[in-house]
Amino acid sequence: MINDMKAEDIVGEYKEVTLQLYKVGPRKILYTEIETPFPEGKLIVSTTDKDGNITHVNHAFIEMSGYTEAELIGAPHSILRHPDMPPAAFNDLWDTVQKGEKWQGIVKNLRKDGGYYWVKATVIPNIRNGQVVGYTSVRRKPSSIVVDECIKLYPTLF
Amino acid sequence: MSYMFTVSPDFSPDRLSGWYIFNTWMQRQLGVDIHLELYDDFCAQRVATYSDKIDLIYANPFDAAMLVREKGFLPLVKPKDQLDEALIAVSESSPIAKIEDLKANVKIGMTEDPNVNMIGMMLLESANLNNSNIEKTVYDSYVLVAKSLLRESNEAGIFLAGAFDDLSNMVKKQLRVLLRSEIEEIHHSLMVGPKLADRRDEIKAFLTGMNQNEKGQGVLDSLGFKGWDEVDDEEMEFMIDLMDTLAT
Ligand SMILES: Cc1cc2nc3c(=O)[nH]c(=O)nc-3n(C[C@H](O)[C@H](O)[C@H](O)COP(=O)(O)O)c2cc1C
Repeated sequence: MINDMKAEDIVGEYKEVTLQLYKVGPRKILYTEIETPFPEGKLIVSTTDKDGNITHVNHAFIEMSGYTEAELIGAPHSILRHPDMPPAAFNDLWDTVQKGEKWQGIVKNLRKDGGYYWVKATVIPNIRNGQVVGYTSVRRKPSSIVVDECIKLYPTLF
Repeated sequence: MSYMFTVSPDFSPDRLSGWYIFNTWMQRQLGVDIHLELYDDFCAQRVATYSDKIDLIYANPFDAAMLVREKGFLPLVKPKDQLDEALIAVSESSPIAKIEDLKANVKIGMTEDPNVNMIGMMLLESANLNNSNIEKTVYDSYVLVAKSLLRESNEAGIFLAGAFDDLSNMVKKQLRVLLRSEIEEIHHSLMVGPKLADRRDEIKAFLTGMNQNEKGQGVLDSLGFKGWDEVDDEEMEFMIDLMDTLAT
């Protein structure tokens, strides 16, 4: 389940937009210009089922997203979808992992408080006894040069 | 029938006798002959495992992945409270204050330890460093990596966090940690090969119960472990998937 974002959860001045999320429908997004730095030395880890619904998150994920574990488990991973991310990136992600391959990309994620954080994400299919049973994403701190390139590039991909 | 046991070459030299004691204890529990063969380096050990010589192994996470996916090994247990983390350290007197102060062509000392280097490179990546823009020197031990920092032949070193913590206080006082990983998901594991697979549950049971009797506790003490926790197939698969994501 994903709800619209609520003004009382947002920290700081925000803008409003409605995103169409796959299998979810419209979601009202409230977002700010406040960046949360990546936690040094840590990995942000989540696992989803085959449809992209979250099945596992680690502590760093909970901390960075601002949601509780209960709010995250069972929610579609698009709960973190930031309006500045070009849809093409996620089409590429799904095309790649559904072929059984590894996908890597730089992603701007949305926090419950409307802020954002940049990650370098790697998504792989979880193959058990020859079958894809879900997907795992591991995010690490991206290089600042690469993030700067994405800040320039992503607005051109809409 | 006799079996072959080996230990990942990254064990601390202080624990050498501990592994022999453990092997004696294992033979008694299983009622079979097990020969402990220790290899000097990662490469020699990998050759032995590839040629199907090994039946029981205390494997680092990197080799564990290969052994499960390619050689049909199964996880048994992991040591309690012992995670594989890496850290980046510099000499205490170094002007480098944070990871981002390390620039292209920086000289970095490391060992051959594949999983530690992988985590270390991940820590360096956020400073825009990668295999193609650093100058690496590989040493036989973490003590030698530490010394290379004190001699200033390297600007930074990649360490297994546990091995860094075990350096003498004299040496540690002259070093400074820039960044320590907090992955919390990667660990060494004791694993069985196909020839011992049918005794897996039995072996798991006596290993996890080892800290409940005096003899077993004594053996654990000689390894520096508090006990063993079970590793099931899914935990191992999850760790391998996670390592896969870090490999590039
Ligand atoms: C394992 C896994 C992890 C994902 N992680 C994220 C993420 O951190 N942020 C994000 O916006 N989308 C992530 N996605 C993609 C989402 O499922 C979704 O495709 C994306 O948010 C775009 O939303 P939409 O598909 O509804 O347009 C992930 C997908 C998978 C399979």
